[in-house]
Amino acid sequence: MLDTMTSIIRKAEEENKAFWEIVLEDDMEKKEYSREDSFEKMLTVWQAMENASDSYTGERRSVSGLVGGDGLKMRQYNRRGESMCGGYVSEVIAEALSMAESNACMRRIVAAPTAGSCGVLPAVLLPLWHDGKITQKKVLEALYTASGIGAVIAHKASISGAAGGCQAEVGTAAAMAAGALVQLHGGSPKQIGNAVAMALKNLMGLVCDPVAGLVEVPCVKRNVIGAVNAVSAADMALAGIESRVPVDEVIVAMGDVGRRMPHEFRETALGGLAATPFGQKVKENMQA
Amino acid sequence: MPDIFNILGPIMVGPSSSHTAGAVRIGKMARILLGEPVREAVLLLHGSFAETGRGHGTDRALISGLLGMNPDDLRIPFAFDEAEKAGLQYTFKNVELRNANPNSVVLQLTGETGKKLEMQASSIGGGAIMVNELDGITVEFDGHYNTLVINHLDEFGTIAEVTRLLSNYRVNIAHMKLSRHKKGGEALVVIETDQTVEDRLVEWISQFPGVRRVTYYDKREEERDRA
Repeated sequence: MLDTMTSIIRKAEEENKAFWEIVLEDDMEKKEYSREDSFEKMLTVWQAMENASDSYTGERRSVSGLVGGDGLKMRQYNRRGESMCGGYVSEVIAEALSMAESNACMRRIVAAPTAGSCGVLPAVLLPLWHDGKITQKKVLEALYTASGIGAVIAHKASISGAAGGCQAEVGTAAAMAAGALVQLHGGSPKQIGNAVAMALKNLMGLVCDPVAGLVEVPCVKRNVIGAVNAVSAADMALAGIESRVPVDEVIVAMGDVGRRMPHEFRETALGGLAATPFGQKVKENMQA
Repeated sequence: MPDIFNILGPIMVGPSSSHTAGAVRIGKMARILLGEPVREAVLLLHGSFAETGRGHGTDRALISGLLGMNPDDLRIPFAFDEAEKAGLQYTFKNVELRNANPNSVVLQLTGETGKKLEMQASSIGGGAIMVNELDGITVEFDGHYNTLVINHLDEFGTIAEVTRLLSNYRVNIAHMKLSRHKKGGEALVVIETDQTVEDRLVEWISQFPGVRRVTYYDKREEERDRA
């Protein structure tokens, strides 16, 4: 059973294969279809992500009017050369904002693993793709790795804000993105595991407190912390830094924190930012 | 272990898999079960659908589904304009349902030839849905299979006739569930099948003695009407 990170990593090492190949082979076996069929599906996923990014103009606003245009602001700021992060990371921020905003504004996105956290994974891939640093084949392989990581976390903990808070949504998305990045930069399966562990640990405890219950505030900007956190976790793993707590234990701990989180912080819009005077006012306006 | 394409997916119009993508699927399920284009729709929103539905585009998503769209259709944000073009009239109301999932809706539909259907369904997470009631009778199916819903009088032999017909035409039954109000009264059988049930079989079943109404959900319909 490939239901832990350790079991996937061990299988990859034993068979001298990449992490993504183990995930792909598992998918082929379950669906009883060919490698080509599976890749074709993954290509559809990637094309949807790419289309959402390419067609983003920053013009559309969400139903509440709270969200829209920030991805564009960030892109323009980057183009002026003012970003402190600069280069790759500044583009990651712009992509995360654009994609998460696209979701809030009823544009077409890919849930990864959820609609609310849809910006994190594409945000770390798209700048590399746009700069011609990675081939489409490499992108698809990275998506297999990311989806395998997400499947393990969904199985062992949770990927739902209602069940486990934002740490389960944006935290999982960050773990998926971190693992994908390690692979793209030539890291080993074990390093993928370390990146996943560090990305999850660093967002552990993050609450889900959406203003007026909408996937807008703070969700869009939380996609940025997910993506930037993924980049730093991947960099640490590639530098040879290891997570002291084993990755599968981190996943279980995240699930445990989620279950014990007060229900006010699990998508109910009763606590945190949703409970602020601002949040209450937005809620009243939406009900008017 | 979950399907990796449920982790990277669905490909959908935002903002919420449960409040938007699931709502489109509920609308489409109702449209398919009605069996003809919808002319009039009364939509009763319950729980979180009522409270945060407007901000999540749940209203537009339901209308999109009633117009036959899928959750990734780029016309979803403009569903109200599309409804006007298609001649679909609709009203939304909030209700409190008993023992219902927080994301529930009752759809009261009238089709272009006057056919009627009342369906209660809920969005249960990640875009997955469950049909909870059809024409006032409790059911439970999720659209993962082709689904025959046969409303009949609780008499001897009706179900045996149906299953015999299906087996003669090599349609394998995956699940079957019978419910009734009272003995000898109106009863409902939900049959989920692996193979497609052809139109003429659905027509034959509807003419069996004791059968009052047959509705059929064809899984292939899910793939149709792509924008």
